[in-house]
Amino acid sequence: MLLEAKDLTFAYEEREGNIFNHVNLTIESHDRVALMGPSGFGKTTLCKVLAGYLQPDRGQVLLDGKPLPKRGYCPVQMIWQHPERAVNPRLKMKEVLLDGRGVEGRIIQELGIEPDWMNRYPQELSGGELQRFCIARALGEGTRFLIADEISTMLDVITQSQIWNFLLKEVEQREIGLLVVSHSEPLLSRVAKRRVEF
Amino acid sequence: MSCTNKRHILEIDELSVSFLQYEGKKSTRQVELPVISKLSVSVHEGEIVAVVGSSGSGKSLLAHAILDLLPYNAKTSGSMYFDGELLTRERIHSLRGNKIAFVPQSTTYLDPLQPVGAQVRQSRKDPASRQRQRELFGRYKLGQGVDEKYPFECSGGMTRRVLLSCALMGDPELIIADEPTPGMDLALAKQSMEDFRAFADEGKGVLLITHDIELALEVADRIAVFYAGTTVEEAPVADFASQESLRHPYTKALWRALPQNGFTPLPGVQPYVKDMPEGCPFGPRCSRYSKNCQGEIPMQRVGCGTVRCTLYQGEDLAVHHHHGTS
Repeated sequence: MLLEAKDLTFAYEEREGNIFNHVNLTIESHDRVALMGPSGFGKTTLCKVLAGYLQPDRGQVLLDGKPLPKRGYCPVQMIWQHPERAVNPRLKMKEVLLDGRGVEGRIIQELGIEPDWMNRYPQELSGGELQRFCIARALGEGTRFLIADEISTMLDVITQSQIWNFLLKEVEQREIGLLVVSHSEPLLSRVAKRRVEF
Repeated sequence: MSCTNKRHILEIDELSVSFLQYEGKKSTRQVELPVISKLSVSVHEGEIVAVVGSSGSGKSLLAHAILDLLPYNAKTSGSMYFDGELLTRERIHSLRGNKIAFVPQSTTYLDPLQPVGAQVRQSRKDPASRQRQRELFGRYKLGQGVDEKYPFECSGGMTRRVLLSCALMGDPELIIADEPTPGMDLALAKQSMEDFRAFADEGKGVLLITHDIELALEVADRIAVFYAGTTVEEAPVADFASQESLRHPYTKALWRALPQNGFTPLPGVQPYVKDMPEGCPFGPRCSRYSKNCQGEIPMQRVGCGTVRCTLYQGEDLAVHHHHGTS
């Protein structure tokens, strides 16, 4: 499968200027691409456009030549930097997982999610525990591409290592294309096959 | 607590923090919820000391404890010393904001009703203050237009740089920085760390509280490793060059998990302090766990560092040997 960003241009507000112009990017199913660039320059915004959270002002995001589906499960899933902002605080964690649409039990286990976390609310979990749920949620059976935006930046190294070792195995097995945003050079050396400058 | 005879700027001795909470929604019975248990760390002149622990481990409360910013239902024990003298509540109140500066994690510490330039100057309008503030803003790439912006008009990264400027504006002897650089790219993060380095090199001290061990390794002189509410090891940064020179099994596991060192994760998660096993909190995940690990384990000096582990037969820590008596 192919995820293409074709000539993307986007601005939040016209008067503030474009966040990015004419961005082109291609990710294949076996690809692990790092998106490089300084902070505050729009990498997260690009991720949001690629995952269908935002519509570009110009250009298109295409999945195998077709636009992203407007209904149902989006095959391009994004995992955010701050898990506490990516979950509904009024839902119990088991309900948060339901958004994942067909997340295998094996994934929940391999991510180290403990059964008794399921009945807790997001505020009762640590950042590392929450992020595990967010990752599981993004790995529903329909996922074909994963966008990981600084997903382990706020986590300690052991949690980072657990999460990435799992993810690398998972995306390889399921041929899920991966776009990674990270500031950590040592991490990118482990995780990315190629790099793209933003 | 280190191989140096340098003056202590800050010394924290067996600090414990717990919160009094009601047991359940309908209960009137109060329970004590421990969050920090016997944390010991010191900062000498000329040093950057990093307390490294995972997010949610309670380490931010250390900053709040030192600055007397804990909520009303917090209970503390242990002692803290600044410049060799006990930090009483009154003393903290007179020192914080000037001799002891704080760079907080949350950007909500800024006053939403005042433009940031004025906040950094603490409303002073004299030319020297303005110049200093402009200098600091310039250093952190905050343009002229930023002076008049309100906090809500600034991005997350910008507000952090404003907070940094606030702390460096005065003439502190100790800076306590709580996760000062998330959201900053490495170049900018290192630059703000360079200022902490320059600050420390003037004979002052920095206590850096962070989850980011890679940042600490780049910037700190010593690292105190924080696990489940307590310090398990304190070591000079040079000891992190190899697994063998580290002491505590948890520190070794941290080392192995680094992407540049094998990227090997230790299974399991850190327990909440309230769910802690008897004795060493790391016990359940430790391959060297034994019956001896179930009791109270004191911090001991081993070489140029300290460790809280039954595998070592070090020296007991001398308490406050510099405080006049011995």
